[in-house]
Order: sequence, then C-alpha cells, then structure tokens
Amino acid sequence: MNRNISFTINGKSVTLLVDVRQSLLEVLREHGYTSVKEGCGVGECGACTILIGNTPVDSCLYLAVWADGRTIRTVEGETRNGDLSEVQQAYLDAGAVQCGYCTPGLIMTSTAFVEKNKDNTSISRHDIKRAHAGNLCRCTGYETIIRAVEQCLTPEKPNQDTHCKCKAESGE
Amino acid sequence: MAVGKSVQRKDGVAKVTGKARYTDDFSMPGMRVAKYLRSPIAHGRVVRIDTTRAEKLPGVDGVFTFHDVPKNTFATAGHPFSLDPEHGDVADRLLLTDCARFQGDEVAVVVTRDDMTAHKALSLIEVEYENLKPLIRMQDVLAHDAPELHKRSRNLIKEHAYTVGGDYKKAIEESDHLIEGVFETQIVQHCHLENHSSYAYMDDMDRIVIVSSTQIPHIARRIVSEALNFPLSRIRVIKPHIGGGFGNKQDVILEPMVAFLTLKLGGIPIRLKLNREECMVGTRVRHPLHIQVKAGISQEGNLNVIDYDAVSNTGAYASHGHSIVSAAAAKTHYMYPRAIYRCRARTIYGNFPSAGAMRGYGSPQIIFAVESLMEDAARKLGIDSVDFRLKNAVKPGDINQIGKRPIVTAGLIECIEKGRDLIDWDKKRATLQTPQTGPVRKGLGIACFSYLSGTYPSCVEPASARLILNQDGSVNLLVGATEIGQGSDTVFAQMTAETLGTSYEKVHVVSNQDTDVTPFDSGAYASRQTYVTGQAVMRAASELKDKILAYAGVITGMNPGELDIDEGNIVIAKSRQTAVMSLKDLSMDAYYNKNRGGQITSEVSCKALTNAPSYGCTVVDLEIDIPMCKVKINEIYNIHDAGVIINPLTSEGQIHGGMAMGIGAALFEVLMVDPDSGRIYNNNMLDYKVPTIMDIPGLGSGFVQTHEPTHPYGSKSLGEPPVLTPAPAIRNAILDATGIAINELPMNPKTLFTHFKNAGLL
Ligand code: FES
Ligand code: FES
Repeated sequence: MNRNISFTINGKSVTLLVDVRQSLLEVLREHGYTSVKEGCGVGECGACTILIGNTPVDSCLYLAVWADGRTIRTVEGETRNGDLSEVQQAYLDAGAVQCGYCTPGLIMTSTAFVEKNKDNTSISRHDIKRAHAGNLCRCTGYETIIRAVEQCLTPEKPNQDTHCKCKAESGE
Repeated sequence: MAVGKSVQRKDGVAKVTGKARYTDDFSMPGMRVAKYLRSPIAHGRVVRIDTTRAEKLPGVDGVFTFHDVPKNTFATAGHPFSLDPEHGDVADRLLLTDCARFQGDEVAVVVTRDDMTAHKALSLIEVEYENLKPLIRMQDVLAHDAPELHKRSRNLIKEHAYTVGGDYKKAIEESDHLIEGVFETQIVQHCHLENHSSYAYMDDMDRIVIVSSTQIPHIARRIVSEALNFPLSRIRVIKPHIGGGFGNKQDVILEPMVAFLTLKLGGIPIRLKLNREECMVGTRVRHPLHIQVKAGISQEGNLNVIDYDAVSNTGAYASHGHSIVSAAAAKTHYMYPRAIYRCRARTIYGNFPSAGAMRGYGSPQIIFAVESLMEDAARKLGIDSVDFRLKNAVKPGDINQIGKRPIVTAGLIECIEKGRDLIDWDKKRATLQTPQTGPVRKGLGIACFSYLSGTYPSCVEPASARLILNQDGSVNLLVGATEIGQGSDTVFAQMTAETLGTSYEKVHVVSNQDTDVTPFDSGAYASRQTYVTGQAVMRAASELKDKILAYAGVITGMNPGELDIDEGNIVIAKSRQTAVMSLKDLSMDAYYNKNRGGQITSEVSCKALTNAPSYGCTVVDLEIDIPMCKVKINEIYNIHDAGVIINPLTSEGQIHGGMAMGIGAALFEVLMVDPDSGRIYNNNMLDYKVPTIMDIPGLGSGFVQTHEPTHPYGSKSLGEPPVLTPAPAIRNAILDATGIAINELPMNPKTLFTHFKNAGLL
C-alpha cells in the first residue's frame, strides 16, 4: 500500500509517495539523501541518525509514514551558504573523521546535543558520552568525537582537556 | 613544509557534509538485487536442492546453486600473486557450495527486482541436508577419525617450525627459570560500519565493471578473473569511499559473485549487499589461537629463549590461512631479538566463519601470549615489569635472527620509558601495596610490541604513483593504494607537496581507485601504504619536479640546476626570493605553446625491497571491582615508534582507533560459536559487544620519532600496531591488582567471574 506524505527536510517542503512498509531510512536514501547511512538497519549502530524536530532518531527504525508533518534534518542541510556548521568544523579540527561512515549520524547527534546545551556550563565528559551512546564508530575510539563536541561547547578554549592527560602527548 | 603537520584530511569536507559516496550510494536504472541463501547448519552436505518454485516467482531474474557455478576452486586472500607456487594461497572456495562448512555458508543465490522479492524467493528454495559432525574444538578437528572439511586436507592447512638465534638446548639448560603458559584467544569480528557491498554490470565493450567496498581493487580484479576464468583485461574494479575495512575487505568476498551474476544475466546491473547479520558471519573474522609459550630466563632477568607452539583455526575456508600465524611469528621476533626464538605453528580448519586478515594479522594473538608470559617471568624473578622489558627490549644494531639483517631504527626502549613517565609508573608502583585486599583493587600493566611495515620479503611489495601538472598549476595524484579511512590520501598529498615544493592544497588526490585509471598497487593492508607507496609517491614527485624545472629552463633559458620550486613558484634556488614564474604560467605554456612543451606528468612504479620494524607499548592503570567482575580503566596510553610522523592528528586517530579495538577485544568482544553444533549466538552488534562510547576510557598517545633511513621521509608503519598491546597490558594490570593471571580472551565479566570464583575471591 502506498501513501502520500509531506514533511520539511533541511528547510524544504516535500511530498512523497511511499510504501507504508518502508523505513524513513530507505525513503530518504531513495530520494538522494545518501548521507543517511545504513550500518545495521535494526537500531544498533546509529549510522542512520537524523533529527526529527530536535531529537536524534535512528531512521531505520522509523516508518516513513510517521514522518508526515514533521521537520527533518540530515547532514546535507547543515552546511549553509557553503560554510560548514560549527559541529562539522569541529569534527574536522579534532580529527574526528576517519572512514566517515558513522560521521553523518554522529554529527546529527552532536548537533542536537550542542544546540541543547549551548549555554549549559556544567556539561561533563560523561554527559557528552551519554548523549552519543547510540552511535557506534569503529575507527576513532571516540576520543576525538568527544573533543569535537567539547570544542563546540567551549569554543574559546578548544584545546583544553581537564579530564585526562590524553592530550598531553597527542600530536607532536 | 607539509610533512609533519596536522593538515586537514583530503576527504574531510566530503565526509562531514555527507557528500562522500560509498558503494551503496550509487545506483543504476534497472539495478537488481542479489541475495544469498545461507545454510542453517554448520556442517552438512546438500543432498537435494529444488529452486523451481523460486524461479517461477514474478520479479525473479535468476536462481543459482552449486550446479551453475564454475567448478574451479579459487583462493580469496588479498595477497599479490605469488610466482612461487609453494607460497600461493589455498584455493578451496567455489562461488556456491554443496557442502555447508559454517552456519551461514552460501548454498544458493537469487537475483530479483527488489529486496522483498528476494526474501520471498529465498523462502521458496527447498534444501535437504545430510548432517555432518560440526568440528569446532581443536581436539575435534584434529581427531584421527574427524571428517575432513575439505578433501585430502586432514583438516590441516599448513604447519611450519623453526629455531633461530643459536643453540636452543644449551640456552634452555643455562636458563635459571623456565616459565610456561597456555593462552586462548577468541573469535573477533571487524565490525566496520559499512557492511560489504558490491555491484557489477557489463559495459558497452562487454567488460565486467565491479564497484566494490574493497581495500584491494587490483587484487580483486585478478581473483575475479581466476574465479570465473574470464580475461583479466576485461574486468574493471572501482573502489569508491569505503566505510572501514580493518582487513575484512582485504579479501575477495562479493566481487566474484556479482561478476558471475551479471555475466550470466546479460550484463544487467546487480547489487549484492550484505546486511549486518550476514556480514558478521559471511565475511571474515579474526583467527582464534591456542598458544603454548615457554621462556627461559636467567636469574638476572635476561631473556634467553622464547619458544611457542601455536594452533590457529581458520574456520571453514582458508582465506589468509597460515599466513596469519606465520607473519605474526616473524613480526613478533623483532621485539626481543637477542633471545633464541623457536616457533612451531599449525593452521587448521573448523566449522565456523572463515578467519582472514584483521588489523594486526595474527600479532594481537601472539603478542597477548608472549607479553603475558613476559609479565609472569618478571613477577617470578621479582623484577619490575618495566625494568624487565627495558633490559630485554630491542636496541638499534641488534640482528633480526630470522632474516639475519640488522635492525636500524628501534625506539622501543624510549617508548617504554615514555609510557612509564606518562602514567607515573614509579610513583604509583611505590604506593600500591601488595597483595591488595578489598573488593576494589588497582593495578598497573604494560605490554610491548614489534611489527613490520609491509610484507617484504614474504610477498612482493609493488606501488605506483602518477602525477599530472594541471593547467592551473596544481597537480593531480593518482595512486593504486586505497584510502579506507586511515588517511593515506592525505599523507600522500603531504609527501607530494613536500617534495615538489608546492602547497598541500594544490595537490588533488584522485581518491577513488579504478583499475582502468589508477596505477598498480596491491592496496591497503600490512600497514604498508605510507611506507611502500610513499616511496613511489616521493619518486614520482621528484621526477615531476625535475621535468618542471627542465621546462622552466626551456622557457627562460636559465640553467634548471639553478632553479627550484617554492610555494608553487619557480624560484632562483639560491635566493629563494625571486619568483621566475608561477607554476600556473609554466603549465599554461607547456599545455598550449604551439611550438614546445606538452602535458607535464610523471609516473613511477616500483617495489619496496626493504622493510622496517615499528615498535611501541601500552601502559595502563586500572581498577577492578571484584564482586562486579568489572574492569575500569583509569588511564591508558599507547606510545609508538612509527618513525617520522607525517601527520600528527591523523596518526593520533589511528592510535585511538586501534586502542579502542584492542580494548574491545580485551574486555568485551567475542563471536560466540556453540562448540557442539557450530551455531552462532551473536551475529549482530547488540549481542556482539562492539564498544560504544560509554565503554572506552580517555585514550592517550605518544610518539618516539626515529628516522627510518629506508623511507624517504623516515616513516614506518602505524595503521595496525595500536591494536596489538591493550589486551596483554590489561591482562597484566589485572594480574597486578588481583594476583590472578587470566590467559584467555575476552576478559569479560563471565571470564573474570570464573577465575575469581576458582581463586576463592568470590
Ligand atoms: S542503520 Fe539504523 S541504527 Fe544502524
Ligand atoms: S569514522 Fe569509521 S566508523 Fe566512525
């Protein structure tokens, strides 16, 4: 059975005819939003994370028809006028990108977290970890992902890390 | 200067904006999907298979079984071809089998218009199996009456043994202590986030084009040709961005099948993409090893002998087979090369998923055993673990006893010292009372490794690079080496910029390998690319530079020897100030002057005839909650001698990723196979405990930069080594905390519980 659904994605309104059995992941990818990756299709990995409203959601577990009337963000829409978003830039600065397959999903999770906690001065490393617990990354060991988020929350002192000596020896 | 700087990754922007395209992000009109029918049992012969009902289903283009595929067996391991037939990989695979050798073996394949039809079609295939006894445990596989997994194999792929470095017997007799241990390592899965995926079609010249998530496009091309008896020159393999491989894509897994299917079905585009459950079992895993180690030590703490006997289980099909344990044995010797080194190794079959290459290539298993035993030795003698290693660690000038070659750069001692200082070893050691009591206890651990940079002289080490000067003065770099996330494109661009005298931004890397376009290279494995391909890149860049300067001489009438390139300008070599002309102006003249010039390019294809050991260690400070059987890592550092670091930021990333993978294997990960039935319990990422961000502690890293003279920029391997030592370091720290030696992996709560219970701690 097919049904028409309408939603806003990356600021644009669209109407699509979808099979009611399809996940939002499948529908988005079919329509060219290929930043949304499939790593498991059953909610284990977070590679398919998008924002629905302000909430990170595994789009593989979300039926396309549920998106009717919603506002969706994918990483394709995070670059404005050619400028990377703060989170995208922080991922590059921190070296949080390797194979890049987890990256679009992780950036959306980080974006939701950073937007929510922009003015929260008491965010700990543990809070950052908890917010990203649904996104697997096999390449980075997560260390640089945490640093990227820290950079967004304390942009004036991006290189400070009070939690461990990890950075003391990093790099040179 | 581009080398030594943390320049931004070449593919960074593409990846953070979601523009980077992976295999599944491409599609073609009319593309069909293929799906395997996998055996539900671990060992059994197909006695009847009926596909009639599936074939009749609307939307089905084809159903194929063992009867339809070529009958020549082929080897899947991603090694370059060996001219020595003795050294070739074991050819034991067909495209589809009539004998299931693991739960998930491929007995049929359907090609249909979409996924749903594929599932339906698979459910309509009827198969009857004759059950055979699954062989999982080593003793079952080697029992004299065990059925053979592969005919005439005796379930043994290969074995070898050697002793190097001197008189073994004498050294044993002269040792004051003999320390022994038996170690078991588990089946680990790579869990790269992008599952295996390939598609193929035939082009207008009747050639097979394969787009695949592979680390080894050129090797894949040859193996497809062998598997299908199809001319190699009529096969083209394209590698787009790839979502991690870790060795699991250093094997030819889907490519021969998609090529076969498109060939059978008139060239239509067909996609074969594994889901996670299939990828966990139907690709490759890490070899589980059973290792007996013995060490002979003098009273003063000198290591006289290391002796081990390893049995490596490769599972259902050989894949990389015996290479794993033999390469690991050879690489581990570089750590303590003054000791007599004896090794015996066997590789056997078993009814579980095929084991192949995985980051570290057998070394994580061997090093777990050796470095655990070194810890036991230090403790027996009452010598501090760090001091014991400092006493025995490799020094520059030591001789590698296997190849009888001197070891030139060896920063292991400095790595150990740096690790010791970073973690405050001496101070913490002084305050830790022994033995400890109470439910939560603290421990310190260390473990060292040695590794190599590539596979020479075991295998050929070919690499090529092509450089083209563009009209705008920038250059395009083409390599056959593959970027798989490790950052190779970036370091190649840095090397090019450095040698050429242009800026990093002006070097464009053609990142997607295409065997029609990018020159020959064997690909991403053995931590070889920076070391091996780097040599080709450097030579191509100096050749291009010579040609550019010669052409500048032609234009200006000046002596090319007096010119140089600086920041993209031709300058007077001496003053470096005066720009004679820009590279752009020079290039425009070369392209378009009616009477002279031509496109300026360079191309180098060469082989590495050297290898260089890299070194390092992990130090860890942890605490263990005995009633909870839970390990908490307080601090952990990996220190590496990878020669000169080309890009500190991406290098650090390699270390972090390897450490996390090492910690995962140490504490959480195991693919669970029922020892009686061969049933796999956790073929997904929920039940298979791939670490989440919550499981990984803060990761620290450090470098000891030696300058390796056999590499143009002084660099050595770094991609795989970080995974090697976290597990033994953690095991040694648990021993430090509790007095209990855990000689099996993973050290998850289940394992810890058993050991603590047996020791009376619970
Ligand atoms: S693809 Fe959605 S969670 Fe893995
Ligand atoms: S960068 Fe490869 S999975 Fe995260």
